[in-house]
Amino acid sequence: MSTLSTLDRLEAESIHILREVAANFARPVLLYSIGKDSSVLLHLLLKAFAPGKPPMPMLHVDTTWKFREMIAFRDRRAAETGVDLIVHINPDGVRDGVGPFTHGASTHTEIMKTQALKQALDKYKFDAAIGGARRDEEKSRAKERVFSFRDAQHRWEPRRQRPELWNVYNARIHAGESVRVFPLSNWTELDVWRYIARENIPVVPLYFAAKRPVIERDGLIIMRDDERMALLPGENVRMETVRFRTLGCYPLTGAVRSTAANLDEIIAEMRDSRTTERQGRAIDHDPKSSMEAKKRAGYF
Amino acid sequence: MSAATTPDLLRLITCGSVDDGKSTLLGRFLYDAGLLRDDERAGLGDPPDFSRLLDGLALEREQGITIDVAYRYFSTARRDFIVADCPGHAQYTRNMATGASTASLALVLVDARKGVLTQTRRHSYICALLGIRRVLLAVNKMDLAGFDEAVFTRIETEYRALAAKLGIDSVTAIPLSALDGDNLAIRSKRTPWYRGPTLLEFLEQVPAVAENAAAPMRLPVQWVNRPDLDFRGYAGNLVSGRVAVGDEVIALPSARRTKVARVLNGDADVNSAVAGQAVTLTLADEIDIARGDVIAATHDAPEVADQFAAHILWMDEAPLLPGRLYFLQLGPASAVARVTAIRHRIDVDTQESKAATKLEMNEVGYVHLSLDHALAFEPYAKNPALGGFVLIDRQSFATAACGTIDFALRRAGNIHWQALAVDRAARAASMQQHARCLWFTGLSGSGKSTIANQVEQRLHALGKHTYLLDGDNVRHGLNRDLGFTAEDRVENIRRVAEVARLMVDAGLIVLVSFISPFRDERRMARELFGANEFAEVFVDTPLAVCEARDPKGLYAKARAGELRNFTGVDSPYEEPLQPELHLRTEKESVDALARRVVEFVERGSK
Repeated sequence: MSTLSTLDRLEAESIHILREVAANFARPVLLYSIGKDSSVLLHLLLKAFAPGKPPMPMLHVDTTWKFREMIAFRDRRAAETGVDLIVHINPDGVRDGVGPFTHGASTHTEIMKTQALKQALDKYKFDAAIGGARRDEEKSRAKERVFSFRDAQHRWEPRRQRPELWNVYNARIHAGESVRVFPLSNWTELDVWRYIARENIPVVPLYFAAKRPVIERDGLIIMRDDERMALLPGENVRMETVRFRTLGCYPLTGAVRSTAANLDEIIAEMRDSRTTERQGRAIDHDPKSSMEAKKRAGYF
Repeated sequence: MSAATTPDLLRLITCGSVDDGKSTLLGRFLYDAGLLRDDERAGLGDPPDFSRLLDGLALEREQGITIDVAYRYFSTARRDFIVADCPGHAQYTRNMATGASTASLALVLVDARKGVLTQTRRHSYICALLGIRRVLLAVNKMDLAGFDEAVFTRIETEYRALAAKLGIDSVTAIPLSALDGDNLAIRSKRTPWYRGPTLLEFLEQVPAVAENAAAPMRLPVQWVNRPDLDFRGYAGNLVSGRVAVGDEVIALPSARRTKVARVLNGDADVNSAVAGQAVTLTLADEIDIARGDVIAATHDAPEVADQFAAHILWMDEAPLLPGRLYFLQLGPASAVARVTAIRHRIDVDTQESKAATKLEMNEVGYVHLSLDHALAFEPYAKNPALGGFVLIDRQSFATAACGTIDFALRRAGNIHWQALAVDRAARAASMQQHARCLWFTGLSGSGKSTIANQVEQRLHALGKHTYLLDGDNVRHGLNRDLGFTAEDRVENIRRVAEVARLMVDAGLIVLVSFISPFRDERRMARELFGANEFAEVFVDTPLAVCEARDPKGLYAKARAGELRNFTGVDSPYEEPLQPELHLRTEKESVDALARRVVEFVERGSK
């Protein structure tokens, strides 16, 4: 008898899921958001199909407000891995000048992220979109299946979820319908970091502590990544040693004060952590069940 | 990270009925064990409402119930846990099955004041059905039962009896109060009579499921990896055993054998891999293997079958009707399946067997399944990965059922024909006749074909629908690959009998004119037919007379040694012991004998 470690089991489970997607769908895509979970997903994707090239492209929905370091990292990883990268930006949002400061966090996210994703999925006719969401992130995600069925309008209907037994996934859909697939469903944030350390997976340097230009606004520590972020009266940009637990649009992503500058220090910090990672996301502090409501409307 | 510091993983399911305080138990446990984050603690309110931690859907909070499985992740210093918190309502049994399918331990919650309830029985049954063999019985609300040992012992005893009946091997019972935290993470002073572990101690010490590395190797193939002409790999997760370079393997269902050339973990070559790992194998010989096939140890390969006996839990709103077609998904293998028979339904509350003609949502049945092609499998109890399947509705694509294979049905008697609306009686009735087979047997030259021909002419004149199968004619076509050895004669008769049976099924009166010298083969033919559908007609002519007639000159050849195995010369003829008709050609004319046969047929159709 052998007992595999948690990471061995999670890795095998995720690779199995990725292979099921490739075998069952005509046009699968990996949603690449550049963050640590996406980095793990991309690594697993390469492992699942080695020595071949992964049989699917990756898609980045660019809101135009991502950290510059994220975009540079994205382009570097695409070149290194050889995986085809599709970048989609909502042209309507660009035309209307949508941004978090002019339109607010919710509208910006709805148009540049949710609408943009739907546009891209429809444009390329993707029938399966793989995402890096984890069930430990948020309560409604804790209830979502690994193969999460969406109707032709991309809506999630929590009461009509298909039963999902063992690792046997029902991948059958009608034309126009699609599934979101979450290979990291059973991973925790700590698992992700332990795996990144074990497998030596590259991640965006923003996760590591460094001196960065930040301001405090609405209780969040925001890094001023470019000049589009106007300073309010009384605000000063200070250099502080911070890092990020999650990455998104820079004006909406709070940094944490931390000196964890390498993976061992991050993992140590994680073990002692007293808060969950989504606390740093402005978008998640909407009214009750915001994530559930967004998912039902087609948010990833 | 060294192996010693690498945590293992325990997956468990919590089940209990609505008011047993399941969500509270889990919430309080995490709180007491110091496993909640600050923002999660704050979200519970003041005073903390622990149930709010898990009921994630807005709908669930509105209705105060759990609808779907919620997964919860936590780690102690000793190990990692995944908890599937499952709904208690009967109408969400299917969601509970989802949670149970990946768990190795069930935490069954019982209210000390109520004891073992119908829900407790149902949940335990579903857990056992999905292969959970270890239960933690949490006797909750002991504070409301005065922490009375007698109450606890009575419930424990009752539950152990239930568990034994369901095949649950291991039960540990703990008295606790979820609301107050007794015996969760901290040993209660209010249960001095209890000497067992706290919930936390138990969860940290119970063996996590070990991968079945000692069992024979099985790799269900998910993906054939062919990046270029030089590489052809078979990718999948090893579900049991271990595999090493050089191992002899067999591919199923093709049963082609070869050896393992390379074992890859990602893009790295390794010497071997064990159950639970995702691998890619390359093989020494190029054999045809597709997704859904199973690569297995040669010395102990799984069975291959297309008919199974299985338990199924029906999960669709539309009931199961025998005869309908569904997609069956067994790991990466899929097939079209039909439930040929519902042997019985099992009342999940009482575990009693009941007769059933259909299965409604959340009902469990024991059924026979017939697939459109054979798959490699193992009984679920032996290997869940090769014995657990789902049925998918072919129109809606809903996951309509989950099932566990018990064993393969192999005996011919278990081959279920598609139920046909128009049967032989209906066809024969439309022809206004009694379909049957008249089996003429006798020596070569005895006059079988002559009489049979005349019988057919007479029946035809009477407006009957007939067909004559003659030995010589059949040997020119259907049976031209057969000789005259004993084995070939048996096969010759078997084929003719089967053809005759299909024709009788089609409503015809079939006349078979075959020497058919062996009693066993004639009996075999007879057994293919129903009562009154088969008549043995013995055309009785002494050998000397046949030899004197010798219409085809065959006896002369046989006597000259030019023909081997000739009936009556160097191969025996076994006379019928109880023929329906005994025709002595020396005593009556062909006309008279044919008339007797026709009269026999006419009698039978009245």
